[in-house]
Amino acid sequence: MKELSLNILDIAENSLKAGATQVEILLTEKGNTLTIEINDNGCGMSEKTLENVINPFYTTRTTRKVGLGIPFFKEAAEKTGGSFEITSVESQVDKENCGTKVKTLFYTDSIDFTPIGDIISTITTLIHGSPDVDFVFKHKKNGGEVSLDTREIKAVLGDDIPLNSIEVIEFIRTSLKAEYNSL
Amino acid sequence: MKSLAELAAIREKMKNSVAMRDGASGIRVVVGMATCGIAAGARPVLNTLVEGVAKEGLSEKVTVTQTGCIGICQYEPVVEVYEEGKDKVTYVKMDVDKAKEVVEQHLKGGKVVTKYTIGK
Repeated sequence: MKELSLNILDIAENSLKAGATQVEILLTEKGNTLTIEINDNGCGMSEKTLENVINPFYTTRTTRKVGLGIPFFKEAAEKTGGSFEITSVESQVDKENCGTKVKTLFYTDSIDFTPIGDIISTITTLIHGSPDVDFVFKHKKNGGEVSLDTREIKAVLGDDIPLNSIEVIEFIRTSLKAEYNSL
Repeated sequence: MKSLAELAAIREKMKNSVAMRDGASGIRVVVGMATCGIAAGARPVLNTLVEGVAKEGLSEKVTVTQTGCIGICQYEPVVEVYEEGKDKVTYVKMDVDKAKEVVEQHLKGGKVVTKYTIGK
C-alpha cells in the first residue's frame, strides 16, 4: 500500500464485513510517533482466528487462499520499528462488548515510514459505502484535533436524506479539508 | 465538525430531489474495494466515478456502490456496470482517466468503452 490511509480503509472494511454498526478511527501524532487505532463493535473473532489473522496465508474469503490486509498493515508499522496489536471479543462470548480493536504504532522519523496520504478520501469512501454505520474519526496533531462523527451529521440530516448522497459526501470532504487547513 | 449549519442548508436544498431519486432504477456501477482493489488504486477510481456521476447530473439514473473481492485480483481495479436488460460490463485495470472516459462515454453516452473491458 502506498499510503497508510489505504491500509486504514482496508482494515475498516474488515470491521464492516464483521457487521459493525460503529467504527472508530483514531490517529494520534505525538513527537516522532503516530498511533492508529481502528475499533469496531462487529462480531469479533475466536482466539484461534485471531492467532491466524497475521498469517498472510489465512483468509475468510473463498475466492482466494490468501488474506493480506492485516499482514500489510502490521508490516508497515513494524518496519518503522513500531508495533501492531489486535484484540477481539467474539459475539458468542460477550454480545454486549464484542468487537475488534487494532492498534498500531509507527515511528514517523523512520526512513521506512509510509505517509498517511489522503485520509479524507478514506473516510468519505467508508461513509459512501456504508451509510448506515456510525463512523467516528479523530486525528490529533500539533496539539489540535480534526474530528467527525456521522451521528452528528445524521441528526441534522434527518431520515429523508441519505448520508451517502453526493452532496453530503462533498460536504464532509470540504469540511474535513477546512479543519485540516486550520490545524 | 464545525459547519453543521451549512449542512442544514444542504438538507433543505435536497429535500425535493431525494424523493425522485428513490424511484430511480437504471445503471448500477460496482467498484471492488477489497485489499487487492485498494492496493491497485480503487479508491481514486471510485471517487472519480462518484464525482463524475454527480457532475454530469446522472445521479438519478446511476448509482455507484462498493463491493469486496470480485475474484480477479490481477485485473484490479475492477469496475462492473449492471444495466437492466443488458449484459454485465466488466472494466479492468482502471485508473482515474479511464474512469472519466467511462463516465463520459458509457454512463452518459450509453456506449461501452470496449478497450478497457474483459470477457463477457
